[in-house]
Amino acid sequence: MVTEIKKTSWVAALSILLVVCLIPAAVYAQGSGPSDDEVNAVAKQLYCPVCENIPLDACGTTACEQWRGVIRDRLAEGWSEDQIKEYFVAQYGDRVLAEPPREGFNWVVYIVPMVIFVGGGVLFITGIKRWRDSGQDRTLRRGGKKVPEPDKLSDDDIKRVEEELLKRSKG
Amino acid sequence: MIAEIGFGSLFISLIISVYGVIAAIYGERNHQRKWVFSAKQAMRLVFPLLTLSIGSLIFLILNNNFEVVYVASVSSINMPVYLKITAIWGGQAGSMLFWSWLLAGFGFIVTFRKWDRDQDFLPWVIAICLGTIAFFVVLNTFFENPFVRYWQVNQEIVQSFVHPPGGIQVAPRNGGGLNPLLRHPGMIIHPPMQYLGFVAFIVPYAFAMASLITGRSDDRWIQLSRPWAIWAWLFLSLGLILGARWAYDVLGWGGYWGWDPVENSALMPWLSGTAFLHAVLIQEKRNMFKQWPIVLIIVTYNLVIFGTFLTRSGLLSSVHSFARSSIGPIFLAFIALTFIASFWLLSSRWEKFKSRQVLTSFFSKEALILITIILFLGMLVTTFWGVIFPNISELVTGQKVTVGPPFYERVAGPILGGVLVIMVICPLAVWSFVSFKHLGKLLWKPFIVSLLGVLLPIYGGLTKVPAVIAFWLVAFVLAVNGFEFIRRTRLRRRSQSESLFQTISGVFQRNKRSYSAMIIHVGMVFMALGIIGIEFFQTETQGTIAEGQELQLASYTMEYEQLDIFNTSDDRNVARAVILVKKDGQVIDEIYPRRDFYYDSNQQVTIPGVRSTLVDDFYTILVDWKAVTSEGATFKVYHNPLVKWLWIGAWTIILGVVVTSLPDNRSTRAGSRTRGRDGHRN
Amino acid sequence: MKKILLWGGLGLLLLFLTIGLIRSQKGQVSVGEIAPDFELISFAGESYQLSEYRGSVVVLNFWASWCDTCKPEAKDLEAAYQYYRSRGDVIFLGVDYVDTEPEALGYLEEFGVTYPNGPDLRTEISQAYRVGGVPETFIIDQDGLIAHVQIGPFRSLEDILLRIDPLLD
Repeated sequence: MVTEIKKTSWVAALSILLVVCLIPAAVYAQGSGPSDDEVNAVAKQLYCPVCENIPLDACGTTACEQWRGVIRDRLAEGWSEDQIKEYFVAQYGDRVLAEPPREGFNWVVYIVPMVIFVGGGVLFITGIKRWRDSGQDRTLRRGGKKVPEPDKLSDDDIKRVEEELLKRSKG
Repeated sequence: MIAEIGFGSLFISLIISVYGVIAAIYGERNHQRKWVFSAKQAMRLVFPLLTLSIGSLIFLILNNNFEVVYVASVSSINMPVYLKITAIWGGQAGSMLFWSWLLAGFGFIVTFRKWDRDQDFLPWVIAICLGTIAFFVVLNTFFENPFVRYWQVNQEIVQSFVHPPGGIQVAPRNGGGLNPLLRHPGMIIHPPMQYLGFVAFIVPYAFAMASLITGRSDDRWIQLSRPWAIWAWLFLSLGLILGARWAYDVLGWGGYWGWDPVENSALMPWLSGTAFLHAVLIQEKRNMFKQWPIVLIIVTYNLVIFGTFLTRSGLLSSVHSFARSSIGPIFLAFIALTFIASFWLLSSRWEKFKSRQVLTSFFSKEALILITIILFLGMLVTTFWGVIFPNISELVTGQKVTVGPPFYERVAGPILGGVLVIMVICPLAVWSFVSFKHLGKLLWKPFIVSLLGVLLPIYGGLTKVPAVIAFWLVAFVLAVNGFEFIRRTRLRRRSQSESLFQTISGVFQRNKRSYSAMIIHVGMVFMALGIIGIEFFQTETQGTIAEGQELQLASYTMEYEQLDIFNTSDDRNVARAVILVKKDGQVIDEIYPRRDFYYDSNQQVTIPGVRSTLVDDFYTILVDWKAVTSEGATFKVYHNPLVKWLWIGAWTIILGVVVTSLPDNRSTRAGSRTRGRDGHRN
Repeated sequence: MKKILLWGGLGLLLLFLTIGLIRSQKGQVSVGEIAPDFELISFAGESYQLSEYRGSVVVLNFWASWCDTCKPEAKDLEAAYQYYRSRGDVIFLGVDYVDTEPEALGYLEEFGVTYPNGPDLRTEISQAYRVGGVPETFIIDQDGLIAHVQIGPFRSLEDILLRIDPLLD
């Protein structure tokens, strides 16, 4: 919702007054202003709006430097991290966030993998059950013949059998 | 002249490959061996022709023939020879030609194997390989011709390969030079490795398709493709790791992997390729899940093509790129054809490849490998979804979104953990069955050792729970592998009297594949160590300091000594800082972060100064400096613990693959198959 | 069931690729198309709705303070604005594409730009016009149709007038 501000003289006067009042505060804030590390901590969570897929803290262009400057100014004004992020989204769109915001259609990006994981998990477990059942069949049918009872043979025995087979196939 | 030779041989190779496809299919349909033989000769001929073509391009680049548009766009006079070679794949047209050339190279090698037992596969393998080669050569001939030249016609400069009427050949005095970001030693080997990895999957894919087309459902196609797939996997892994290394060394953000769509489209075939190699193992040993490898190799190959399409068609390109590639539509048609043909064949032969799945225990090797495959596929699905979602979202909402690291890492973390857990159990598990009790008996000793391995860092002040778990798993995997190796060696020594060395080499010889797998897995664990180090423990700081002042990070102190700004003979302006690295007040190293400005392309590159040890990397970036450099320069500093293990792990993996492909005594392989049903027809 | 899923998924993927490709190849909105409507909120806080300017020619310029090629044309655009100002039926609107406000205001002051300029909030306007980069200028005729698309900067004042004059009677 946009309020149409008419630039009347008293508004101008008021703004000048405000600016004058704010200047010392701003200077004061700059003196003990946010450190580079504090700025980078926020910038790290944002993406450069013009370069593709480069986090704002790692981007070397002048434009990115200016954006880090914006973060610094906002931090100096006492904005919180979330407020700054919201400001960036309002200005430059959702793409500045490292992840789509959790709202509206964007939920799809989070839900689809979950659905696939759950679906895949269910399929896998039913599959395993089926394969295990058929396994029991087999031991029932062929248990007496060639396939030895699993727990009667130790792994070492099997290894020895394998070695023996190897030697034979060699010879 | 040279350009004509290059284009001429390109064009002839197109005609020959189209002929080869037709001859192979015709010969097969009419049972005429001579046509298939002729097609095989055609496939052999394409490679030398493309070699001539790419050779011409190399000559043009080395010779500074800037009348050729491609040469002018990627090269410049002062570029050293090794960079001029790199320039071959520095642009779209050249890299496409390089791609076709590699593809033809694989086709060439395949023709020389003994086909006696696999005559029925031959025509289809030829048709698929040559068809793909033909497609890429078409792209090179009609859409991305690297031999197009500048001509002046009536005061206007036009780009054309053929001599336009009344045109005079013109050449810019110098070329634009290679993109500075690509001027890194890693770039000399990274793209070829990556391409080799991508391209080599054509061979296993061709075998799989041949197997589907002929309906020969035994495991012959797997035996044939496995060595190819392993090498393709190795190249792809190397490509990825070199790319990561390049990002770490050149991009200057302290990391190695940014989950960028281009990186992701290279990761996807790696994930499915890894899953494929594991599925192959189950089929070979137990003759189960026969449909899985064939699905996975088809998916892998299709992902290679899909990734190439995404990165080359402009679908993923940035807002800034004015150039729109014209290859999009025809590439899309090729993708549609490949996808539909692959999956149609697959579904029509689905029943034929059915096998009896029998899982006797959750702790059997096949069950564990199956879970591994599922985990890799989980990561694949996530990555795939993350890559394409921004496009979907833009279609639906009109807003561009970024799907970045947090999205992928949420899934990648647990999956990596899961894979580590399996790597603990798997070396001890046995095919077809294993009792929990038996497993416990083998596990307790490594378990205790692994606890020691994790108590040490906790004692040292480690508090992050996920990191503790991760470290413990890494220690556990290493311990299990170590104990298992000792156990097997002992077992053998007991039965045979020989020296320790003989035993070890004997053990390796006998069970080469399982030991190489062991080495590869240990390499993976090393890499996991590097990933854990940087993910959980990376710290950073930034500050502007004057000469002689210091910045502190972790246990290190860096002192800004001086900054030199100078021009180099290859048209760069270099700003190079000298940094003293101190620990406990002692100077232990000197590093040089710098910023290179390239005059020819008007771009700058930030190259970090790094002190790297087995424990950690101290990584510094020169961000900015004041007009009077002694007054101050801004540095960004990262402390990256354990990251070196990432590269050590990569070397270990290479070693593992080399071990598996050491001269083979065929009996070992034959022996390992005695368990499975062995039913090839000859 | 499995087959439906397979072919459905494959079909969707290919469809999506096709649409994506068409979009990526499409480029800017082209001459003759209806100019997408938008609301521009100027730095001064005033709102400008494109649809309210039917009957006027609208010159819509995309720029940014970090864009070096935008600078030479800024003065020419202002001169063109002054040239048509008295007529009242040629509207100039400047859209500041992903920029920071202080630098943007500095830029406007440096080149003495007085016609309305405002940020491209959420990059919605540039996306609607499928802008490929800055500077780009769209000239919209009295019927709200795109009459000219200028990719890159105008070379001179004459260059701008040449594009606008034919639209005026």
